[in-house]
Amino acid sequence: MKARVYVTLKPSVFDPQGSVVAGALQSLGYADVKDVRQGKFFEVELADADPATAKQRVTEMADKLLANPVIESYRVEVLQ
Amino acid sequence: MTVIDSTVLDRHGIKPDEYERIQQLMGREPNLLELGLFSVMWSEHCSYKSSRVHLKTLPTTGPRVVQGPGENAGAVDIGDGLCAVFKIESHNHPSFIEPYQGAATGVGGIIRDIFTMGARPIALLNALRFGSLDTALARRIFEGVVAGIGGYGNSIGIPTVGGEIVFDEMYSGNPLVNVLCLGIAHRSDIIKGAAKGTGNPVYYVGARTGRDGIHGATMASAEFDETSAEKRPAVQVGDPFMEKLLMEACLEVMKTGAVVGIQDMGAAGFTCSTSEMGSRGGVGMTVDVTHVPQRETGMIPYEIMLSESQERMLLVVERGREHEVEAVFEKWDLHAVQVGEVTEGARLKIHERGELVADVPNRALTDEAPVYHRPMTEPSWQKQVQQLSLSDLGAAPSAQMTFERLLAVSTIASKRWAYRQFDHSVGTNTIAQPGASAAVVRVKGTTRALAISVDGNGRFCYLDPYQGAMLAVAEAARNVACAGGEPIGATNNLNFGNPERPEIMWQIGAAVRGIGDACRALNAPITGGNVSLYNETEGRAIFPTPVLGVVGILEDASRTVTRTFKSDGAPVVLLGDNSGELGGSEYLATMHQTVAGRPPALDLQREAALQTLIVTLIRDGLVESAHDCSEGGLAITLAECTFDTGWAAGAGAEAGGLGVTAEVPVLADHGAFSTNAALFGESASRIVISVASRHVAAVMAAAKAAGVPARQIGRVGGRRIQLTVNGQTAVDSLVAHAELVWATAIENKMRRAPGAAS
Amino acid sequence: MKFAVVVFPGSNSDYDAFYAASRVVGEQAELVWHKDADLKGADAVILPGGFAHGDYLRTGAIARFSPIMGAVTAFADRGGPVLGICNGFQVLLEAGLLPGAMVRNDRIKFVSQLVPVRVEQTDTPFTAACAPQQVLQLPIAHGEGNYYAPPGVLDDIEANRQVVFRYTSPAGEPGADWNPNGSLNNIAGICNRRRNVVGLMPHPERAAELPLGSVDGRVVLASVVKALAAVSR
Repeated sequence: MKARVYVTLKPSVFDPQGSVVAGALQSLGYADVKDVRQGKFFEVELADADPATAKQRVTEMADKLLANPVIESYRVEVLQ
Repeated sequence: MTVIDSTVLDRHGIKPDEYERIQQLMGREPNLLELGLFSVMWSEHCSYKSSRVHLKTLPTTGPRVVQGPGENAGAVDIGDGLCAVFKIESHNHPSFIEPYQGAATGVGGIIRDIFTMGARPIALLNALRFGSLDTALARRIFEGVVAGIGGYGNSIGIPTVGGEIVFDEMYSGNPLVNVLCLGIAHRSDIIKGAAKGTGNPVYYVGARTGRDGIHGATMASAEFDETSAEKRPAVQVGDPFMEKLLMEACLEVMKTGAVVGIQDMGAAGFTCSTSEMGSRGGVGMTVDVTHVPQRETGMIPYEIMLSESQERMLLVVERGREHEVEAVFEKWDLHAVQVGEVTEGARLKIHERGELVADVPNRALTDEAPVYHRPMTEPSWQKQVQQLSLSDLGAAPSAQMTFERLLAVSTIASKRWAYRQFDHSVGTNTIAQPGASAAVVRVKGTTRALAISVDGNGRFCYLDPYQGAMLAVAEAARNVACAGGEPIGATNNLNFGNPERPEIMWQIGAAVRGIGDACRALNAPITGGNVSLYNETEGRAIFPTPVLGVVGILEDASRTVTRTFKSDGAPVVLLGDNSGELGGSEYLATMHQTVAGRPPALDLQREAALQTLIVTLIRDGLVESAHDCSEGGLAITLAECTFDTGWAAGAGAEAGGLGVTAEVPVLADHGAFSTNAALFGESASRIVISVASRHVAAVMAAAKAAGVPARQIGRVGGRRIQLTVNGQTAVDSLVAHAELVWATAIENKMRRAPGAAS
Repeated sequence: MKFAVVVFPGSNSDYDAFYAASRVVGEQAELVWHKDADLKGADAVILPGGFAHGDYLRTGAIARFSPIMGAVTAFADRGGPVLGICNGFQVLLEAGLLPGAMVRNDRIKFVSQLVPVRVEQTDTPFTAACAPQQVLQLPIAHGEGNYYAPPGVLDDIEANRQVVFRYTSPAGEPGADWNPNGSLNNIAGICNRRRNVVGLMPHPERAAELPLGSVDGRVVLASVVKALAAVSR
């Protein structure tokens, strides 16, 4: 079973990499780009479990290690 | 089974006559795996088949040389039972295809060469060449290479302490990334890459093997064409954390005394390490690829043997002491796996699940690789580009305007944009940082320090490769001497075009002769190096660019001096003659868009006398600052002596140091160009020093005794750079203004880079 | 007194801290492996610079799970002086021993240079020998030294006088021009409420000897010697 975790900086935290990417896109002519936020994406492969348990386990992992709650928020998706 | 036909041979970069020779050495037709082994080991990158006959002429011995060429790195004695272990290596082709990873893995590769010898790496330097920063491509490559060097070196914790960066459109399609690493080892701890002792186990440790870089070594030996971008998968990805673990674990495991031999898996990976270790030890090796840790599934022996995955080592361990070795690797969370053993008979035997899949005489892959005496012809254009008629250049631009233009030329301007991205203080040995003429690192536990410089001038070598190569050696050694270092060893990186073209081969031959002659005269034996050929894009070669790394020793680290003027009122003395030679100068290139003429003359005996003099003066504490004259000539040298930045400068630190007033001597009549030639000419064998007034007489007397011309040309002081020629003001700038122009030129250009910081 | 310098597998300034503490400041020092569980009777602990576990996820994120961190936390809870330098500071943040977090430098790139840093508080064990508002020239070398704390937390830190070091001009004036990495309020280093745990991005151990360009860092290590001597007296 696979789960995906998306980690992003909280909106209040300045994202230097995202803003550089935004600037680069604008300089390439994409004038409609207003902002870019960069984040992290994890694909976690788990031994078989029911989706609810899997979600709970991966959420725990995100809390404990994958994200830093001071600056980041995350979202967990379990794939069948 | 694949039939070996001309298509297969072509894909492996093996010429028909080479294939004949392979069959002779094998006594039969090779299978595809065996052909693959030959293709990487006989590639230019691994075999040096075009350059070897020339490299053999270099001076490689000296009283301090402990290890000359042929091992993972060279070593020279620095006293107290210690050795400096160092080598330079290129990663040019990968850095064009993927600048960040290409440069990063280049750093990783040379670091492995050093710790493989049992030395702890303490310094990195780099010699870099890019196209003009006015192009988006060059900015992207420059940005990626600098980030990659920093990303790897900073993480592993080896300071990048110096180097040189040159920009010229001749490198736009073939950037050069040459990295020098230096380490310190106890002489008795130096360990070699030779397998010995029948029955001793062979261990693999480090990163798992993937399909990266398969045919990387062959790629580095082929000219680029439009399809190069599609070869992207052949680029390796570096993991500095893995390398850090490997470095610490290997240095620790060597202390056990249970390691017989060790070698890293660089270009040509597993193939190179197994065959070279066997060949050096005069033994054979049998391995089973099934035991090789693999990152991907379904890898065949061909892929495992040819993979260039980074951060992997091969060790031969004394039988019966396996557990000692395994325990150290376990401590560092590394898993050392036995993959084979040393055998009698000098053959490399490769198995898969116990079944023999390749069986090749070791020496066929290494010592028996082809050696070419390739034809050499002086290029038809050579004499023509040496013609320089100043009167055809039009009017001479004003000295003031030229001065300010040159300060902002990328090659001359401060490289702090790059050096700020390199950790140069980690390790607490760095005495003189990036931006100085030479880097200086102390040797802990002794009073000594080592001065290191890398230099090369492709323009000079294009105009005259023999002369240009001598000038490169002279400049690197002079830079080392200007920090107080007495040269004790050198390493060279030859960067050239396609050696199958007689005119390129002629450049290589001439340059190697020049290096040899200069190294002999300046007592800097070559202890190792690297050759990078096929630096061409669509038939256009780079400037021939031999890069020299010279290492010098200071017995008393506290005596070292920097280029910056130290005290108000100190007399400024020029050592050497201001002959005003303009051939191949930055002045001609920038102000007249001309690369022509003969490179500056070089009298090796006078150069040696000059270097001995400056080393003595610094040792005796008679000079306050010293700086050699190179690109931009005496005017730029004097200006740089007033700049106070160095590594220490933070934001807004362009305040400038002490100014200078000087009368620049004119020794040659170049008509309307006499003033500019005196100010911006690039004659060799010149050093600007500042001297406390009370020591001037002693300095002049020492110079006279050494037969070195010396003239007091001015004084330190004030806040301006005021240079006169024949009594007429030629340059008059506020130090603060000049320094701002010089310090910010590159960052101003980089602001235009997509993806660059604002 | 005795320093323990913790060695994570990717530490690269561990020996520098050890060298400064033992050879320059002249105290006892011992390198302690991260898989060990005790601090060998040390009186002060240094978490050194580097990339503790490669730090590919976040700087310092994995180090806090190393066995030694249990001992470090217990030591800190007992009031023992703990200094986190650069990556060590990042580890202390991730471990929750100090408030806030690090994000990427505002100008993205790694920054390696000497910077002026003003000592804001002298009532911590690592600044006890400093003069109030003293400006130190210290090297920084990091890609993620951009200090962040949520607004309420930041206010608390300032109100409790937990900002120990701030980036300023050489004359000690604050201002955005002197901020090398985008840190909120020009914060270069902070302490916990109890004031015994201090983290800073600059490297005092690299500025402890004249040939290296600055001796200003020595006072940071010398402070803890003074502070501990005062306690035992």
